[in-house]
Amino acid sequence: MGVGINVEHLNAWYGTTHTLQDINLNIPANHATALIGPSGCGKSTFVRCLNRMHETNPIARATGTVKMGDLDIYKDASPVEIRRRVGMVFQRPNPFPTMSIYDNVASGLKLNGFRNRAILDETVERSLKSAALWEEVKDDLKKKSGASLSGGQQQRMCIARALAVDPEVLLMDEPASALDPVSTSKIEDLIFQLKSQYTIVIVTHNMQQAARVAENTGFFLNGKMVEFDSTHKIFTNPKDKRTEDYITGRFG
Amino acid sequence: MTPPQMTIEREPNPSMPAKPLTAVTNFVAASVAAPEGAPSPIRQFLRARGSGGVADKTFAAVMLVCALSIFAIVLFILTILIARSKLTIAQFGFHFLTRSAWDPVSGDFGALPFIFGTLATSLLALAMAVPLALGVAVFLTELCPQKLRAPISFVTELLAAIPSVVYGLWAVFVLVPIMRDSLGPFLSKYLGWTGFFEGYNFGVGLLTASIILAIMILPIISSITRDIMLAVPTSQREAVLALGATRWEMIRTGVLRNARIGIVGAIILGLGRALGETMAVTMVIGNHPDISKSLFAPANTLASVIAGEFSEATGDMYLSALIEIGLALFLVTIVVNAIARALVWAVTRGTPARAN
Repeated sequence: MGVGINVEHLNAWYGTTHTLQDINLNIPANHATALIGPSGCGKSTFVRCLNRMHETNPIARATGTVKMGDLDIYKDASPVEIRRRVGMVFQRPNPFPTMSIYDNVASGLKLNGFRNRAILDETVERSLKSAALWEEVKDDLKKKSGASLSGGQQQRMCIARALAVDPEVLLMDEPASALDPVSTSKIEDLIFQLKSQYTIVIVTHNMQQAARVAENTGFFLNGKMVEFDSTHKIFTNPKDKRTEDYITGRFG
Repeated sequence: MTPPQMTIEREPNPSMPAKPLTAVTNFVAASVAAPEGAPSPIRQFLRARGSGGVADKTFAAVMLVCALSIFAIVLFILTILIARSKLTIAQFGFHFLTRSAWDPVSGDFGALPFIFGTLATSLLALAMAVPLALGVAVFLTELCPQKLRAPISFVTELLAAIPSVVYGLWAVFVLVPIMRDSLGPFLSKYLGWTGFFEGYNFGVGLLTASIILAIMILPIISSITRDIMLAVPTSQREAVLALGATRWEMIRTGVLRNARIGIVGAIILGLGRALGETMAVTMVIGNHPDISKSLFAPANTLASVIAGEFSEATGDMYLSALIEIGLALFLVTIVVNAIARALVWAVTRGTPARAN
């Protein structure tokens, strides 16, 4: 089961660029939340602040409060602990090329010193099944490198890798933008299935994708969150003129 | 809902799993059938792990010590060199570096001929080795049939593994006669007018030493250059080819241009080896502290005078002079490296910033 995320007065900078300006937002638990907006609007920076990945860039910094359930992720825990609880899937599939498919999926647990074979086997199988990849790879789990799969399979393997540590939140930064339509629809089906068990935050350029998978949608523009509401409302009856312009394709 | 309070400090070395880990794993295994509502075994396990703060700080501290040890070693060597050469430092001061006398009998010492010999042999060796090494690297990465690649790479790297005294022996028995009987006369006949190939040709001298140095630094430069060129992504080659480039244009724009900083780095490494190379040079350079325009003339380098005369150095002044020669070699290496780095900086400063 996932937890909700409560963001208050979140500001982020890259060097002197004020990338995120006073973001306030409640992301409900066990739902999918989509973030849309033109390139460079800050939506990727926003999700990277949710697992403290933003601060790995030496010139980046962030202020404000992000609460996962009762846990203030910038005060109560180290980035390492946060990232054990928040999974992330990146824009381009990033399998570990020197590891087998099995080791790729098990890597999160193994690097934390988890050694129980039976639970590892079971977790790898369950994660690959959740990621709808099990049937395609079950015969070469330990024979094939993670990098030998196709792009869409690699991305589903990366999702399985994120799921294997049983996260409470799953962040997805344009997970399907490098994939073909068939792989994209597989990933979307996946998000649809997973959102009852995890809190999912998905950044996307594709507005149909947001409409298909997410209950709630936030619209970002120039580092600010213009509007946040139910996806239905955003796409049928937005409050803000800028949101309407964007979703009707007048800019962006 | 709160996870069990168990703290495990991770050992700094991850290949040595700490004992408590097994205990937790057993605990997790025992609680696979977690009651409804409780965190899953995997979540319990992960939350029971420490924040990693102590391990990360220990790791950073150990790495810092490793980095600082480099400074400590350099300082230590420098101190010893200065302390042991204080006799000649007191006698000649900075003029030691600019005096060309070398007379152990009357106690008159200067490092200039050796500095000249070191710089001249190294730069000549670079001039010969760099084009050849680049050619080898370009051939290996871009043109070579797949089947030949491994054997040629292997032989190139084999060259790097030969001890320098063996190169010296080969030079004495093969290179010196060639220089004396065929290459030398040829050069003085056709290029004698330049003034660089004049005087009596013994077969040993500046040019012979430079040739053997060039052969010795060739594998280092070519194998590093090859690795760097292999690291240039195929997409860069394809981007240039798709613009209608010939193979040579593709290599120049798509490969060499991207790899140039690494190639300069490889050349600097080769130069470093040439500056300090001792044994093979000592065997063929003629060991005479002269500054001559002719490349046939016997000369001497900083490294080879130490090797050649250290065992027979009688008297404190003589010994002190040789140790100060070592200090001079140290300084020459630093200055040459600094110049090379400044060159790289000057070349790359105007180029657009690269992502990542």
